[in-house]
Amino acid sequence: MEILGIPLQALLGQLLLGLVNGSFYAMLSLGLAVIFGLLNIINFSHGAMYMMGAYVAWMMMEYLGLGYWWSLAIAPIVIGAFGIVIERLLIRHVYKLDHLYGLLLTFGLALVIEGVYRDRFGASGQPYGVPDALRGATNLGFMILPNYRAWVVVASLLVCFLTWFVIERTRIGSYLRAGTENPRLVQAFGVNVPRMVMLTYGFGVALAAVAGVLAAPIIQVSPLMGSNVIIVVFAVVVIGGMGSILGSILTGLALGLVEGLTRVFYPEASATVVFVVMALVLMLRPAGLFGRES
Amino acid sequence: MNTTLRNAVSTALVAMGIAGAGLAHAQAQPRLSGNAIRIGVLTDMSGLYSDISGQGSVTAAQMAVDDFIAANKPAYKIDVISADHQNKPDVGSGKAREWYDTQGVDLIADIVNSGVGLAAAKVAAEKKKLMINTGAGSTRLTNEDCNPYSIHWAYDTYALAAVAGRAIVQGGGKSWYFLTADYAFGQSLEQDTTGIIKANGGTSFGSVRHPLNASDFSSFLLQAQASKAQVIGLANAGGDTINAIKAANEFGLTKTQSLAGLLVFISDVHSLGLNVAQGMQLTDGWYWDLNEDTRKFGRRYFEKMKKMPGMVQAGTYSATLAYLNAVKAAGSDEADAVVAAMKKTRYNDFYLRNGHLRDDNRMVHDMYLMQVKKPAESKYPWDYYHVKATVPGDEAYQPMSASRCPMVKKS
Repeated sequence: MEILGIPLQALLGQLLLGLVNGSFYAMLSLGLAVIFGLLNIINFSHGAMYMMGAYVAWMMMEYLGLGYWWSLAIAPIVIGAFGIVIERLLIRHVYKLDHLYGLLLTFGLALVIEGVYRDRFGASGQPYGVPDALRGATNLGFMILPNYRAWVVVASLLVCFLTWFVIERTRIGSYLRAGTENPRLVQAFGVNVPRMVMLTYGFGVALAAVAGVLAAPIIQVSPLMGSNVIIVVFAVVVIGGMGSILGSILTGLALGLVEGLTRVFYPEASATVVFVVMALVLMLRPAGLFGRES
Repeated sequence: MNTTLRNAVSTALVAMGIAGAGLAHAQAQPRLSGNAIRIGVLTDMSGLYSDISGQGSVTAAQMAVDDFIAANKPAYKIDVISADHQNKPDVGSGKAREWYDTQGVDLIADIVNSGVGLAAAKVAAEKKKLMINTGAGSTRLTNEDCNPYSIHWAYDTYALAAVAGRAIVQGGGKSWYFLTADYAFGQSLEQDTTGIIKANGGTSFGSVRHPLNASDFSSFLLQAQASKAQVIGLANAGGDTINAIKAANEFGLTKTQSLAGLLVFISDVHSLGLNVAQGMQLTDGWYWDLNEDTRKFGRRYFEKMKKMPGMVQAGTYSATLAYLNAVKAAGSDEADAVVAAMKKTRYNDFYLRNGHLRDDNRMVHDMYLMQVKKPAESKYPWDYYHVKATVPGDEAYQPMSASRCPMVKKS
């Protein structure tokens, strides 16, 4: 059976790979959405945090001999703590200013971080292998899927679901949402809003670090890996609607699929298709697919 | 009166001329501008090419200067300066201009990145000062954009394609499929290689064009896999090549098909690790572990940089030393004289095998087809390649008959 000259089996394979990429988009754009939704900061250093997450995994392997699973647990904590320090020292000073200041601050920060890593580790990056437990591949009938890629989809869906659940369905989440609506009132109820905001930023960048560790066995751990992906992820956030948690998850996955299809039918456009979608969405629904018109 | 004066002047001039010729003979020291030689290494110090050239090239140029001074004890000063062109043609050509005009630079070397290389070559032509490009790949440097003052030294995209294409087809890899970076460099690399494999009886099953910096290559590789071609040619560079190889390994392509890297440097293999890169074939202009001479250089460089040199860095050493020897032979640092002296020389040293400088300013020398070793075959650090074939320079580089360089006289 063929669809537009492409065998159905090949098409299914490409869709599945698109889903794997979509998982990364979902996880990264989720972090951005959380930070934007609760802090009103357009966090351009998100890509750098993703890159640093991958580097923490590499460093733990290289210098401490600790494997993938340790990294998956520890890297988000390390990067989350780093994010908290950044938030306290720099970012909190721009909360009350226009969005543009936060954007410029975090963009500059990303350039500095990338430069330091490039100087220290070189431009061609470091190798990181697939963990032993997830080596090999499974024959799905229509394609041979490396086990590690399957794990990426499962892990990122899990992370996305938990984040959504915590923010939308728990008491802590409701404090968070209330804190962004009216910080002064929530403060009056005895909730420490600045601390909550600080922890939220830490959590958001920790999500980027998780994505970084998940990506390390698939792509080369290199100082440039963050800047290659961050622009696409921002497009995902814009399409989903700035600050919408569910929107960013679903859009991330969907755009992974769209990109996967483009790679089959017209591979040259696969880096552009996300932006074409973004332009269309902005024309038809300026607040994004899941955003609220204000 | 008039006649007497003219006679007196001409007598004086003749006398001065004889004395001058005698002097030049007597001291055998080159006449140098500023009585010093200054070499400028213009390179990418922090960007994506910094691992293949960068600080390593600066170190290599300094090593060449030190070796020349130790061997020849010249009466003039030689030094090396360097600058980061940031991969921007305007920054690179601005720096070249400043160096030639105000810093007394006699030779600019390295100039990795074809865009910067082409821009700097124009400055060299305008100032009539020498430039030896050891870093950039574009064949335009010795074709449309050739000029008497810019020399292309280590490799070019034609040689990369010719060596890998011919040797792999002759070794039985008849059918090819390309993973091509969708910009000028990737497309011309694919085109050149396709031409070579067809000329040698191979076929191309097509290609997939991927965008630059596409971090995920799995879908492109699945298409390459479905083509059932024996060889997958990687017509891309740097991070794209690295990520493509990594994904090819993950999806098990390397079990049934073989990879041919059309522009892979030893630093790329080092950063991938043998586990992932093993079995891949690639073209290289030089390898540190070819023989005793190359190993000697490799170890000396390693002492300083803690990495083994690649063909660009060792090429910068080679070009710098060849330049200094040519200045000595020509007795001048005037660019035309130096180039003429280089063209008279036949080169056979640790870097250039059967090397000679052609009329289009292409340094032609033997090239190598390498295969990356299996981890078990690697006995010591940086023991990465089997030499599969040595390709004579005249077969590896674009024949003069096909040259588009106006300096080449067509017979």
